[in-house]
Amino acid sequence: MSGTVATADRPRAVSDIGAAGKFLFWAGVVLLCAWVLVPIYLLAVNTLSSPQEVTAFPKTGVPSFDMGSIQFFLSFEGVLKALWNSVLVAVLTMILSIAIGAPAGYALSRFEFPGKATFRMLVLMTRAFPLPLLALPIAVMFIRVGLDDTPIGLALVHTTLAIPFAVLITFSIFSGIPLELEEAAWTLGCNRLQAFQRVVLPLVLPGITASAIFAFTISWNEVFAASVLTVQNRTLTAFLLQSLSVSPLHLRFAGGAALVIPALIFIFAVRKYMFAMWGIANR
Amino acid sequence: MAEILIKGVAKSFGAFKALHSIDLTISDQEFMVLLGASGCGKTTLLRIIAGLESPTQGEVWIGGKRVDQLPPRERGIAMVFQNYAVFPHLTVYENIAFGLRMKKLPQAEVDTRVKRTAELMHIEQLLKRYSGQLSGGQRQRVAVARALAMEPDVILMDEPLSNLDALLRLEMRAELKGVLANSKTTTIYVTHDQVEAMSLADRISVMNGGHIVQAASPVEVYRNPAARFVGSFIGNPPMNFLPATRDGDGRYQVAGIALDGPSHGGTRLEFAIRPEDLTIATGGLKATARVIEPLGAHTLVTSEVDGKLFRAVLDSDLKVAPGDELSLVPKPDRVRWFDPESTKAVN
Repeated sequence: MSGTVATADRPRAVSDIGAAGKFLFWAGVVLLCAWVLVPIYLLAVNTLSSPQEVTAFPKTGVPSFDMGSIQFFLSFEGVLKALWNSVLVAVLTMILSIAIGAPAGYALSRFEFPGKATFRMLVLMTRAFPLPLLALPIAVMFIRVGLDDTPIGLALVHTTLAIPFAVLITFSIFSGIPLELEEAAWTLGCNRLQAFQRVVLPLVLPGITASAIFAFTISWNEVFAASVLTVQNRTLTAFLLQSLSVSPLHLRFAGGAALVIPALIFIFAVRKYMFAMWGIANR
Repeated sequence: MAEILIKGVAKSFGAFKALHSIDLTISDQEFMVLLGASGCGKTTLLRIIAGLESPTQGEVWIGGKRVDQLPPRERGIAMVFQNYAVFPHLTVYENIAFGLRMKKLPQAEVDTRVKRTAELMHIEQLLKRYSGQLSGGQRQRVAVARALAMEPDVILMDEPLSNLDALLRLEMRAELKGVLANSKTTTIYVTHDQVEAMSLADRISVMNGGHIVQAASPVEVYRNPAARFVGSFIGNPPMNFLPATRDGDGRYQVAGIALDGPSHGGTRLEFAIRPEDLTIATGGLKATARVIEPLGAHTLVTSEVDGKLFRAVLDSDLKVAPGDELSLVPKPDRVRWFDPESTKAVN
């Protein structure tokens, strides 16, 4: 009796799954892809259609490649400035979070110090506070010190959001480099800094790049702090939130596309590192 | 000239004492093997000499210079690591040249040295490859070449062959011995493999529990173990031990036979004999054969003497079956005695 139970309970190969299993698998794949791709597709179609087509019914589902909406959107007062602000803030966030996060990640992976576990916990804890809780007091503080409505002020807040990821991602990247490689470099005539530059840095650079791009997209997509902390120097997200709610539909689509496309291009460019970062082999 | 002096070196990791006051002198051009089971402190001692670990106490001198406060790069050493530590982002050529470039040697000199050491280690065809395209044995060769190219005073090796398969290990062992003997550098070599230690070393330091139990030539360590641990750790099969008591005549009673013992030993001692130092003759130790393992040249007989495990390496012509009674006579000049309290050898 126990023999039959054991046989029935043995793990089965994926190739053994029945027709129902296969259906479920492919349904899941299709559903997940549709979940991501359909909104992006609709956004693209409507952006590339003329204003009349956007409001018309029935839809063709095929873009007419009318550039009117995009042209109008880009010539819209303040759009280019907001775009520039977004890029500026995101680049500053990227630089700051790597400059602060990577040394912390290195220290966590290479040194033993009192309070190490607590420090790792605290790094994660910063993500536990809702942004509104941080943004309002920070706004008051920034006004007092004159950092309000500046790209660097906003970049500081975005850095706070990005640092936990920067620290934990770089921690795991550095941990993946065997200590022996550094030790070998020390015995071959390097001091700690030289060993880092000549051995560790070339090996971690792809991972660091991925982590930097991740910080970039966090800043690029962030809207709440950007709306609260800027007035004249709005980033694209905050600008669109404010002006598009009172704009016609085709302009909203153009604005949405302007937000999504740069982030998509970035993620696509570094997808290999992102996969490696999460431990999924993608070769 | 690079004599190494280790004076009272101790190392603690928190409450754990990894090394208890080690004193050791390694002469110039000597091949010293640190041998011991895992956790005995041999790698810690090597890392302290390399400067990758700092001693809690004591001094390290290399070539007449005190180095225990210096970083690894100022000690005149090169090290070969257990997992090779070949830089994955550099070619074999650049790996070997790495230390030479750090020394800012002219390119012509770098090139000559890389080519020469690569030739020495038979990897001159691999110079353009990356470590990902090399086998374990080839990586090992790159690591050794990289150390040799530095022309260091001292080469430190941390179990360099333990990740290779058995056949390759045998081949590399012989090759390493030749290459290192020609290079005339002082070598310290850490291993847990006693055969490796015996075949390579000028001198072996047997370590146990953070102490050096014995530092002597391979034959001395094998023939005259300074402590019971050395006898039981070195040799395959290891030494046999039996309790011995002094009788009224000043001789020692071992499992029913009387043997001449050390003149100033205590009333209770431990008798020890290597399995190959036993012969079949009358009036010997009464042994009951349990397992017979013919090994070709010899036959290994595992038996019981007085209820204790007792091994003998006997001639393979001998006809013996499990359950047979044997009389094993120890060669008198090969019998060793240990104090059961201190476990030290008694002469």
